Amino acid sequence: MGTSEALSIYAILLGTLAAIAAGLTGSFALMKRITLAGDVVSHIALPGIGLAFLFGFNPILGGATTLLLGTVVIAKLEEKTGLTTDAMIGVVFAASLAIGALVTPSKDLVEALFGNLQPVSPFGLALGLGATALVIGTLWWNRHRMILHLFSPELATTLGINGRRLNLVFMLLFGVTVMLGLRFLGALLASALIMIPPTIGRRLTHRLSHFMAISAAASVLSVLGGLGIAAWRHLPLGPTVVTVASALFGLSLFMKER
Amino acid sequence: MPTILEVRSLNVRANGRTLLGNVNLAVERGDAVLVLGPNGAGKTVLLKALLGLLPHEGSLAWTPPKMRIGYVPQRVDVDVHLPLCGRNLLEAKAALLRLGRSAIDSALERVGIGWDLMEGPIGHLSGGQFQKILIAFALLGDPEVLMLDEPTTGLDEPSAENIYDLARRLRSGGVTVVLVSHDLGLAYHFATKVLCLNTVALCFGTPEEALTPETLKALYGARYEVAGAGSLRSGRF
Repeated sequence: MGTSEALSIYAILLGTLAAIAAGLTGSFALMKRITLAGDVVSHIALPGIGLAFLFGFNPILGGATTLLLGTVVIAKLEEKTGLTTDAMIGVVFAASLAIGALVTPSKDLVEALFGNLQPVSPFGLALGLGATALVIGTLWWNRHRMILHLFSPELATTLGINGRRLNLVFMLLFGVTVMLGLRFLGALLASALIMIPPTIGRRLTHRLSHFMAISAAASVLSVLGGLGIAAWRHLPLGPTVVTVASALFGLSLFMKER
Repeated sequence: MPTILEVRSLNVRANGRTLLGNVNLAVERGDAVLVLGPNGAGKTVLLKALLGLLPHEGSLAWTPPKMRIGYVPQRVDVDVHLPLCGRNLLEAKAALLRLGRSAIDSALERVGIGWDLMEGPIGHLSGGQFQKILIAFALLGDPEVLMLDEPTTGLDEPSAENIYDLARRLRSGGVTVVLVSHDLGLAYHFATKVLCLNTVALCFGTPEEALTPETLKALYGARYEVAGAGSLRSGRF
């Protein structure tokens, strides 16, 4: 199915809300300096997507399962080995990519890596809206704890904040946000919306609230712009959205920080 | 005055090494406790143990157990690129403690800073400004105990005096202050009790009782043998 046929009001609505979740999650990921480490988290979805293609079930369900499983494994390995998050992500990422490439039928590999816009069913919309609400709601609920933990884990602990639990919650939210992007962007590019818009926000402001608002807005603009251009020019959606986001970052270089 | 902190045989170990050994002390409400000792003596370790940040052996009892404690760490390795300002930090703590804007106003007023300083990125603040925001952060929630870990490190003399003045004012307002410092002069011009640490506790008591020439020699070595406690009374404070 071509992009223009699959482009519905459901897809636009879901894409917009997923973009807001990605912009907000990405803001915290950038402040935690784990954007690049987080990028590879999205690749953990690949074995699940591959297995779904192989056995004929929903690829998003497959991707989400290995993604969330991988996120928990990373957090547990970090706790057990005492090594850093990025080191553990590196190990799980490499294993996932290798297993994913082995189990994914070769004819489906490009779609698994780069995504493809499928029509959104009412059930898919409801699931997507639920996941988006979960991400945005949990970030909002924990925002004060996360800000204090970012500033000083030690001071946060004196206030009764459990940093380990907070990190696990954030990594799970990161996984859910990547899952939201899998439908459009594929396993390789799903985290681009988490990575690129916050860099635009950070370029333009040093105020936390403005930074998060700009990140979310840049993410929405990338998705809507990408959807429009992909439908108009019959281009693959994932790379188009990510190219728009990258172009917005390029534009931000010509603007002054405020 | 009632005893609010009782510590008996406190030991802190890490990787088979003793960081703090056999510390005994009792702190009464309204005390100003000065913790003295050379670098690496375990002063910061003691504060962290008192805050429950480090595992320890021995008994450590706050009365009441849920004591409101404000803590100003020796340093915060803050990422200067974080898009955070003082306002974000104080508002986040106030939200966690379910405090309103008036509580933040009150903390800022006690430290003597205005909202204007709270709007700039924390990475752009001077050492003194940052320290004042940390103290305002610690005072938010009206703590009964304030722990200051070398709060004047890296500050010029007027800024350092401002912080000591603030500690005195807080103490006269009923706050118990535990202050880690290298400044021996504070013993006679601020402290009601002195704890000397050099991995183990070498003394604890009023300055007159605790700071004997022998204790100072054991604490800092032979160079304090002649200068001794007598000359401390003419210190800056």
